[in-house]
Amino acid sequence: MKTSKKDFIAEAEDIIESATSSLLELQASFNPDALNSLFRAIHTMKGLSGLFGFKGFSDLCHTLESLLDDLRLGRIEFNDETIGFIFSNIDLLKNLVDQVSQDKEVGDVSDAVRSIESFRDAMKSRAQASAAAPQDASLKNLSISPSILNTLSEYEEHRLKTNIKEGKIVYMVKSVFELTTFDKGIESLNSNLKSIGEVIATLPSSQGVPDGSIGFTQLFGSSSGIENVKETAQSAEVEMILPLKTVPGPADVTVKAKEVTLKSAANTVRVDIEKLDRILNTVSELVLAKGAVIRIQQELAGSYGYTPLTLDLYKISQILDRKLAELQDNILELRMVPFSQIFSRLAQVVRRHIKEVNKEIDLKIFGEDTEIDKVIAEDIIDPLIHLIRNSIDHGIEVKERRLALGKKEHGTITLKAFPKGNNVIITLQDDGAGLDIDKILHKARENKLIPENQDIDRREIINLIFLPGLSTKESVSEVSGRGIGMNIVKEKIGSLGGFVDIETEKDAGTTFTITLPITLAIIKTILIKVANEHFIIPLTSVAETFIVDPSKIQTIEGREVIEIRNKILPLLRIDRTLLLEEKPRDEYFGIVVGTGDRQLGLLVDDLLGQTEVVVKPLGEFFKNTTGVAGAAEIGKHEVVLVLDIETMMKEAFLIKNDL
Amino acid sequence: MKSALIVDDSNTARSLIRFLIEDMDDINVSEASTGFEALKSLPHQPFDIILVDINMPDINGLELIHFVKSTDRYKNIPVIIVSTESSEEDKKRGMALGAFAYVTKPFKSEELQGVVKKALNL
Repeated sequence: MKTSKKDFIAEAEDIIESATSSLLELQASFNPDALNSLFRAIHTMKGLSGLFGFKGFSDLCHTLESLLDDLRLGRIEFNDETIGFIFSNIDLLKNLVDQVSQDKEVGDVSDAVRSIESFRDAMKSRAQASAAAPQDASLKNLSISPSILNTLSEYEEHRLKTNIKEGKIVYMVKSVFELTTFDKGIESLNSNLKSIGEVIATLPSSQGVPDGSIGFTQLFGSSSGIENVKETAQSAEVEMILPLKTVPGPADVTVKAKEVTLKSAANTVRVDIEKLDRILNTVSELVLAKGAVIRIQQELAGSYGYTPLTLDLYKISQILDRKLAELQDNILELRMVPFSQIFSRLAQVVRRHIKEVNKEIDLKIFGEDTEIDKVIAEDIIDPLIHLIRNSIDHGIEVKERRLALGKKEHGTITLKAFPKGNNVIITLQDDGAGLDIDKILHKARENKLIPENQDIDRREIINLIFLPGLSTKESVSEVSGRGIGMNIVKEKIGSLGGFVDIETEKDAGTTFTITLPITLAIIKTILIKVANEHFIIPLTSVAETFIVDPSKIQTIEGREVIEIRNKILPLLRIDRTLLLEEKPRDEYFGIVVGTGDRQLGLLVDDLLGQTEVVVKPLGEFFKNTTGVAGAAEIGKHEVVLVLDIETMMKEAFLIKNDL
Repeated sequence: MKSALIVDDSNTARSLIRFLIEDMDDINVSEASTGFEALKSLPHQPFDIILVDINMPDINGLELIHFVKSTDRYKNIPVIIVSTESSEEDKKRGMALGAFAYVTKPFKSEELQGVVKKALNL
């Protein structure tokens, strides 16, 4: 009955990863769901290590689980100190898993177990002393049927009481879904509800629903009024079950509060971003139809000249063009959120982290009004947190060192966001030590990321920090090491259609410049022709275009380059890269992609102009195709592939390193 | 041939329980890693026994037991709670909802097999 140790390690690593991400979420702000999933992670880990007979391991999980259980049931207070303490113990678990995976004997953990126990005791007595055990809200006065109350787990009961105690309104949300697809339905209902409150419990039921369907009754706590909850819950039935016998209070105050809620609900509408995407899709199809109308108008005008009828058609198609552009802009605007939303969340995490590392650092923020697509905003937070943590841990020096260098005692980290054309630029600047070029190079050689004897310029060395496997324990502090790696930061930014560039100077500091598209929904592109095929390149990737005389192409170290404005630009032939037919030409067009010194010239046969497209994914079957980011329709029902410039550049620069 | 459904969000726990049950008799075992998955599997085949963990994402073991016990088609299927000892209070609640028995993780193989045997009248 031996399940292999590999299974144990694989699952244990997954669990630790999920525990770490819950902790990071908790560090940003308290969230009962995150705390509960942290508890569940450790709970599962305990069961797992117990099944394998790893005694010390399961003892440690057990005490940690009890601590987390007290926390989630509100028996002890949740604060920065607890988070720090739990972090250190998760790290210990991580070490234990490493020991198991290296076939080492799992070390003695009884000290750690004792320290968790005494921490828990101390926190408990502190909680008792401060609050004299807060009165539990009674559930008796609620109009919830006993069959529901009896099904609640201890934790769910606690959350229900907490919601009541905090003065939240408790609702019962009832929904019915088809049995085959209910998970999608209930998940989307859950995520809608979670945006305005807490889903306390979800009870499935087969009673009173048609065959082939399943019903759910959810207890939901929120500060929002019933109209707002109804709107959020969409097709689900919402019933308010606020405690019936409320404490008598000044009646008019309640009424006032209600009026305010109703008013704000009437002024704003919450819309799922998917719905906006659907509208945007329709608009982009209309744009194609508009293109056809303009083409017909031009052909008619060409054959018959400007008769009153063709003139009318011309005017109408112009109006269509303008109004569609307006409509598109308006929809895109709906997706935009100001950076203040991201920055406020960042600032919280960062200030806490600064306190932890005990350095004096000013965080300056500019450009909070700059707007960006909601989807991009959500995805850029993690990479930004990672970069800022790196600056705090490794960038800014300790006070003594700064004074010795004649710098200001306080370190400064500056975060800026500003629009630039179709892009948003985020810069993150610190006045710290700068990257240690020699150390990076040394480590890269040590880890065989670059060949021993190859010369490599400063810019390329700096970019090595984005390679997986470069950071070593030595360079990763305990805290930033928990986050994601620099390679993931780069990949994430790349997947959003963006670029990241680094400027660094020894003892003066480091600046990261992240260039992101304003939106992912509709992108401006260049239509190109290679070997009689059409392709699209996102305009965000393009720095400039130029005409290439084939006789000016030189070969250095086995790869083609061209000199423009006294700079050597490596070239990549699209036809060769995509294994298309290569026909020598008298003239090519070059497209410069990339930023800073990491640029590449793509050789194509022709540039056909700019066009705005809605990029669609290629679907499951082609998901492993590299070099292609998706497909888009460009009129006359022609579908063209969108080139994935980031991957192409990555491969191009890899080839260079292989030489 | 009897059939069993194991509901647990830990892969390893599921495969261990599966191993022990398959080892006992000719029993056809299905697995679900969440409560939702279990709800989806239930209509597909008549199960003779369900083994369920308490702490799971989406819906927990108690909510699943409540569902099974309040649905005519399933209410006679014996449900065994397999969970760690921290869920003591929740295990009691599960028994009150009509669970057949509970087994505490980590368990001895004979213990789990014994309870399953009893539930299936083997």
